[in-house]
Amino acid sequence: MKNRLRLAQVLLLVAIFSAWQLATQPGLLPPIVWENPDRAAFFFGEPVKIFKAVWVWFSEGAIYSHLWVTLEETVLAFVIGSALGLAIGLWLGLSPMASALFDPYITAMNAMPRVVLAPIFMVWFGLGIWSKVALGVTLVFFIVFFNVYQGVKEVSPVVLNNTVMLGANRRQLLRYVYLPSATSWVFSSLHTSVGMAFVGAVVGEYLGSAKGVGYLIQQAEGAFDINTVFAGILVLTAFALVLDFAVGHAERRLLVWRPTQGETEQL
Amino acid sequence: MTAAVAFERVTCAFAARGGEGRSYTALKDVTLTIGEGEFVSIVGPTGCGKTTLLNIAAGLLRPSSGAVRILGETLSGINRRAGYMFQSEALMPWRSCLANVTAGLEFRGTPPEEAKRRGEDWLARVGLSGFGDRYPHQLSGGMRKRTALAQILILDPQILLMDEPFSALDIQTRQLMENELLELWSADRKSVAFITHDLEEAIALSDRVVVLSAGPEAHAIGEFTIDLPRPRDVAEIRLTPRFIELHEGIWHSMKEEVLKGYAQTRNRVSA
Repeated sequence: MKNRLRLAQVLLLVAIFSAWQLATQPGLLPPIVWENPDRAAFFFGEPVKIFKAVWVWFSEGAIYSHLWVTLEETVLAFVIGSALGLAIGLWLGLSPMASALFDPYITAMNAMPRVVLAPIFMVWFGLGIWSKVALGVTLVFFIVFFNVYQGVKEVSPVVLNNTVMLGANRRQLLRYVYLPSATSWVFSSLHTSVGMAFVGAVVGEYLGSAKGVGYLIQQAEGAFDINTVFAGILVLTAFALVLDFAVGHAERRLLVWRPTQGETEQL
Repeated sequence: MTAAVAFERVTCAFAARGGEGRSYTALKDVTLTIGEGEFVSIVGPTGCGKTTLLNIAAGLLRPSSGAVRILGETLSGINRRAGYMFQSEALMPWRSCLANVTAGLEFRGTPPEEAKRRGEDWLARVGLSGFGDRYPHQLSGGMRKRTALAQILILDPQILLMDEPFSALDIQTRQLMENELLELWSADRKSVAFITHDLEEAIALSDRVVVLSAGPEAHAIGEFTIDLPRPRDVAEIRLTPRFIELHEGIWHSMKEEVLKGYAQTRNRVSA
């Protein structure tokens, strides 16, 4: 059953690309929309040429350094954004005074479309990786922050009282109860925050850089090379899937204590 | 003899949400002692402030007036001599069974190897050897209660505060746990304050049963010494004539309060 589903999914993919190829290859079908037979290929690219571009990138190795830069930016943005979100989320979650003071500012900063900060970061951090990391951090931070804040607020009071009765002091409460509870919330938002770090990296590259997959796409677009743009999108999508898979794997390893539904042991 | 726990005219009022100046007095002038090595059950109709009383003894809640003395000393802050077994789930879900049991030792800075050894010893004593690496959600309700019991007893507290610890268990598991509790208790006779709404459980376990009146302004309305011989089997002792006699006597004094509590709840709902 599962194999047949996989087969159907692959067939659907092949069908989509075939239809795309049929509709765009110049001279294959009589022109319906545009007089000029090359027009469709100009706007939508041709899958065969797209795959060829991808193939050339990987076989000649030109893509690896760009992918590496994008990965570096994504990981840095994720780690820094998560650490900041965790620290500030814990702080505001545990201090009613601070949270009351900062509440309107947090709401305002979250409501602001943060992509517009990219030019400012470019001025501050230059065209290297750090301006992209900064953009990613602003995206990741709020996701992690809100999750941790919520996590701290929703620690079971009974577990808390029990830990107090077992003799934990304030520092131990933070380390043994609040932190594990908050980290579990960070992990539950892992998919979203890694995705956001990736978005920050690519958008940053697209807006101005000298390296990275976003840069490749921006360059190709400047030259009206639609096939390379699509090739870049394809590589980014595959890359995001790999990233998502890795995150899923890490999540399963780290959250073993979480109850899952219908969990049975296979004998 | 100094009492292990002594409530002296304890009154506890909660500020009512919303209404200015309107407060709810849960406990009024409760005076009650638990002797050293004594097993005392506190029974009362639902909502009479039994848990509030235990929270005060644990130091989690400060009484509005009155005082609590623990082994002669007036309690301020958390009661470090007491182990508290909560009614609902209190294990840390992200720690394995063994790590939950050894948590208290860890807080006190016991070396990890020693903590592990003692933890495994206690798991064996509550019948959970081999389950140390499971997480709470992988254990049954009874096993979680055993873990909670081991978690508290490993610290060897002088006083045990138990808030309806077995109320969520089925009747068979419950009697099993009650017998195990009595067995563990008889080994070193800690002072126990055991809260329950189940009179039979109270009589079967205790040396003394204290009956609280219906809330608000609950107070102790009766004390009954249980002179049943020990060691006891909680399932068998229920069938002895003396047990039935005691049960009848206490129930008679409680009945009025139960009905009062019930009527109040009904009025509150209909009002």
